[in-house]
Amino acid sequence: MVTIAIPTALRQYAGGSATIQAEAGTAGDILAQLVEKHPALGKQLYSEQGQLRSFVNIYVGDEDIRYLQGIETLVPDGETVSIIPAIAGGR
Amino acid sequence: MSNTLSNEEIRRYSRHLILPEFGMGAQMKLKQGSVLLIGAGGLGSPLALYLAAAGVGRIGIVDFDVVDESNLQRQIAHGTSTLGVKKAESAKTRIADLNPNVDVTTYDAQITSENAFEIMRPYDVIIDGTDNFPTRYLTNDASVMLGKPNVYGSIFRFEGQATVFAPQLGGPCYRCLYPEPPPPGLVPSCAEGGVLGVLPGVIGTIQATEAIKLIAGIGETMVGRLMLYDALSMRFRELKLRRNPECPVCGDHPTVTELIDYQQFCGITPEIEQSDASFEITPVEVVGWLARPDAPFLLDVREANEWDIGRIDGAVRISVNELAERMHELDPAREMVVYCRSGVRSGRAVDMLKQAGFRRIKNMVGGILRWSDDVDSRIPKY
Repeated sequence: MVTIAIPTALRQYAGGSATIQAEAGTAGDILAQLVEKHPALGKQLYSEQGQLRSFVNIYVGDEDIRYLQGIETLVPDGETVSIIPAIAGGR
Repeated sequence: MSNTLSNEEIRRYSRHLILPEFGMGAQMKLKQGSVLLIGAGGLGSPLALYLAAAGVGRIGIVDFDVVDESNLQRQIAHGTSTLGVKKAESAKTRIADLNPNVDVTTYDAQITSENAFEIMRPYDVIIDGTDNFPTRYLTNDASVMLGKPNVYGSIFRFEGQATVFAPQLGGPCYRCLYPEPPPPGLVPSCAEGGVLGVLPGVIGTIQATEAIKLIAGIGETMVGRLMLYDALSMRFRELKLRRNPECPVCGDHPTVTELIDYQQFCGITPEIEQSDASFEITPVEVVGWLARPDAPFLLDVREANEWDIGRIDGAVRISVNELAERMHELDPAREMVVYCRSGVRSGRAVDMLKQAGFRRIKNMVGGILRWSDDVDSRIPKY
């Protein structure tokens, strides 16, 4: 199993969960399992064309999948996939 | 500027001076150094205080806002005695007391594409403590173009991010991390989403640490690393950041070489579409209507914790986030007034309802805040 870390901003679309477990596979497979469990997350993560949105970054461990093999990046058992959205607050 | 420390300064900075890794050399660099704080709010407050206390010679503060009661839960540079005062001036007053050796320049303005270079040029380090995407992209692009490090921090509810963007030091810029901003409305602001008061204290203090290291030339900065902080689980994590060779601003072949219209880039149009007056109503009109036999259905689209703070009698609550799934509970044949805290979320709810075919709906402009001002001051503002 792998752990998906859900950021505060998206927890409302994931039943309030901070982490969700999924079967190991590619980053794309793991995100698909997540969206299947929580369909409301789909619109937050993907554009209407089905592309990952450019203000949402996906990390496997501490590496951005854009600098690995993108959604084809293999995620081994025990690894963490993190969703890191842009946030802007500061006041 | 003198290149020695006075006896008063030596006493003041003695705990720095006795650090072997810091000493007189680093303290002199701080004294000769300068930082620009963009924003004197949650992040800007601890930044202003710690940078001034540490002995940074020159601090510029950009902020056009005034101190409000709801700021004092986290914006510790301000106080009850400076309510209603411009934040930049309030912070300057506080710094003058903390360390009169610091030269403070205030800019009572919003930073824009027109004034950014002029404001930023005289400073060594730029610090991003703003609260919106257009200013964050502007700060990033202008810092890259001027070749200045941009000490970044950002917060949301219980979570924070911090790093140093400095392509000239081999790291990425903000656009390498996020090429494009989210569309307006998808990510709520602190005013809408709330923020734990000590959170900007933690993130702002990390930014202050990085600024001091950059100026003093000590330690290892966060260039190329993104620090994530979750206050609820009390965890720090670190992710790798890489410069994107294709980046439009700091890449090998930049396509954005001058400052652009950042409001437009962030999808913010000057005229908000929902300002269709036929779908709007004021609190005073609503209270009159509620007293009549044809009183409308009153829908509150805020969250449960806001409902607990105060509500209008007779309202029914369905959060704007649940509206899509629970729309079937509403009667399209009945007149309806929708409200939230300030009128933004209820405007979004009215748009959703319009798209679903509802026509007899109105957004209560100004929300419960204006209701408190114009109708019933017993309802607290928050």
